[in-house]
Amino acid sequence: MNLAGVAWKELSHRRSSLVSGLVAITLGIAVIVGVRSVTVASEHAVAVKLDSLGANVLVLPQGATVDDYHTADIDAPTFPEEYVERMVTSALLGVENISPKLTRRLKVEGTPLVLTGILPDSEVASKPTWQLEGLEGATVEHVCSGKLGAHADPRLQRKVIDVLGEDECILGYEAAHRLNKREGDTIEVEGVTLTVNTVLSATGTVDDDRLFMHLHAMQEMLGIGAQVSAIEVMGCCEQISEGLLSKLRNVLPDTRVTGIAQIVSTQIETNRLMDKISWGILVIVLLVGGLSIGNYMWGNVTQRRREIGILRMLGARRARIIGLLLAKAIVLGIVGGLLGYALGTLVVTIMGPDTLGLQVRALPGWLGGSVLLAVTVAVLGSLLPAWLASRFDPSANMQEI
Amino acid sequence: MLLTTENLGKRYERRGVAVDALRAVDLEIEERAFVAVTGPSGSGKTTLLLTLAGLLKPTAGRIRFRDKQLEGFSDAQWASFRHANLGFVMQNFSLVPYLSARENVTLPLAIAGSKGAAQKKRATELLERVGLGDRASHLPRELSAGQQQRVAIARALANEPALVLADEPTGNLDPALATDVLDLLRSLNEESGTAILMVTHSPEAARAGTHRVHIEDGLVVDASLQPA
Repeated sequence: MNLAGVAWKELSHRRSSLVSGLVAITLGIAVIVGVRSVTVASEHAVAVKLDSLGANVLVLPQGATVDDYHTADIDAPTFPEEYVERMVTSALLGVENISPKLTRRLKVEGTPLVLTGILPDSEVASKPTWQLEGLEGATVEHVCSGKLGAHADPRLQRKVIDVLGEDECILGYEAAHRLNKREGDTIEVEGVTLTVNTVLSATGTVDDDRLFMHLHAMQEMLGIGAQVSAIEVMGCCEQISEGLLSKLRNVLPDTRVTGIAQIVSTQIETNRLMDKISWGILVIVLLVGGLSIGNYMWGNVTQRRREIGILRMLGARRARIIGLLLAKAIVLGIVGGLLGYALGTLVVTIMGPDTLGLQVRALPGWLGGSVLLAVTVAVLGSLLPAWLASRFDPSANMQEI
Repeated sequence: MLLTTENLGKRYERRGVAVDALRAVDLEIEERAFVAVTGPSGSGKTTLLLTLAGLLKPTAGRIRFRDKQLEGFSDAQWASFRHANLGFVMQNFSLVPYLSARENVTLPLAIAGSKGAAQKKRATELLERVGLGDRASHLPRELSAGQQQRVAIARALANEPALVLADEPTGNLDPALATDVLDLLRSLNEESGTAILMVTHSPEAARAGTHRVHIEDGLVVDASLQPA
């Protein structure tokens, strides 16, 4: 037998005390792991929801204004479509989708409309109303969360449009109404015949007055070559807050890169808020957990005054008494950390979808961290009681017993 | 000479009032002696024992153990000294409740870091010597008071100390068991040559000693340090 053996015997002898200590540590770690898992899941969900607000970065020709983009005058400046390739090949982190657009205000069958040329395989049906019109295509992989793959929640999935042919168009609600066109009708635009693929429901946006057609067909129709009016970019809010805009400016120096302020600032502020809340909760839980473990250890040390006095009487040095008590804290920390991780993960992954409406996933990276945290907190919480125990006056103890 | 004290004093402060628990105690304890320290309750007997063990710091005087001066020892030095030279038998046995009789006996060996097999062999020998060879795996609560005190005596001898300090070793025992324990201490003293300093308020127990010291009010009033 050695002193570690004595610690082990004590653990198995005082089972009820052991259970209460383990429960304190396990619950503390379970709360930390649970809160962290929920926070990570909700951060992810919020980020995805924010990202689904649509394009948040606009690349315009140098000298153009956002007004130019919306009014789409005939002489509005353009820049080469090749810039899209430049953005793709620069492999910037946090660019989720790039959709080049060409816009022109024209008269179609006597009615003034804004024509918008889009690339179907990169145009995202980000608005729920677009998706309801049967325009769904392949699901876009999310890159913002750091994990490729589609979001599990169908409401948050975004899909490209893959149904628009070069001889087809999509009509906004108002445009269709004014032109008196329905799906399947044909329409003459600058001598080109297009078939109405879809009429969108009213969205209350500028889309209502627009005619969407294939970008390349529109470029050919207008005879302006491979030029576009703007590139709409969906940037991940995290990377935008880390300077995606200036990186884009470096890649495309002769353009004007602008963030859609309201969307971007909402995304960044929400991200920061989530981060602060997450760390705030973590600090509170750590303090409460640490104090409860320390309180338990103090109770245990007080309970063991007599044994500590016996060991001191028999010649154990103070350092060995401290070691004996810390050995117990380490054992409790390891077991409590493992149990706490398992409990916290189990509870939030099972209850998350029903009670929080969140798909909470396990955080495997937190397994080691939970054990380390539990051991650290248990040791820190035990240091003062252990040190004080080593200072117990063994003579007072001898006379007392 | 095994142990010598010169002008040993211990003063407590209690609620601002100084209390002299020991006053200029001069003692000389020979190797292999069995000294019984007697005196009324509160006379300073236990204070003397605890001071000699380094469990209380003297406020005056000197303590010499063989060729070592002890009064200036650090806490760690006292711990090593106790471990190497002293054994303890206390009134209420001071056994660790969750360790078996054998494990309690091996505690001083565990503190020394000796190997498991050697610990077990030594503990078994000692338990047999005190008549508890068949109770080695029993917990203290499964033993009678007399048996618990025998385990404590076996533990006191585990590291082959030069001196066993016994504080009222028969205080919690009925007269028959007290006689057994005193006989055991006396036989260990005679057979092993281990010196014993036993504090007791019982005149009957004191008669087990080969030497007597009587303390009153912190002062040695009678020292019959010649063999009785």
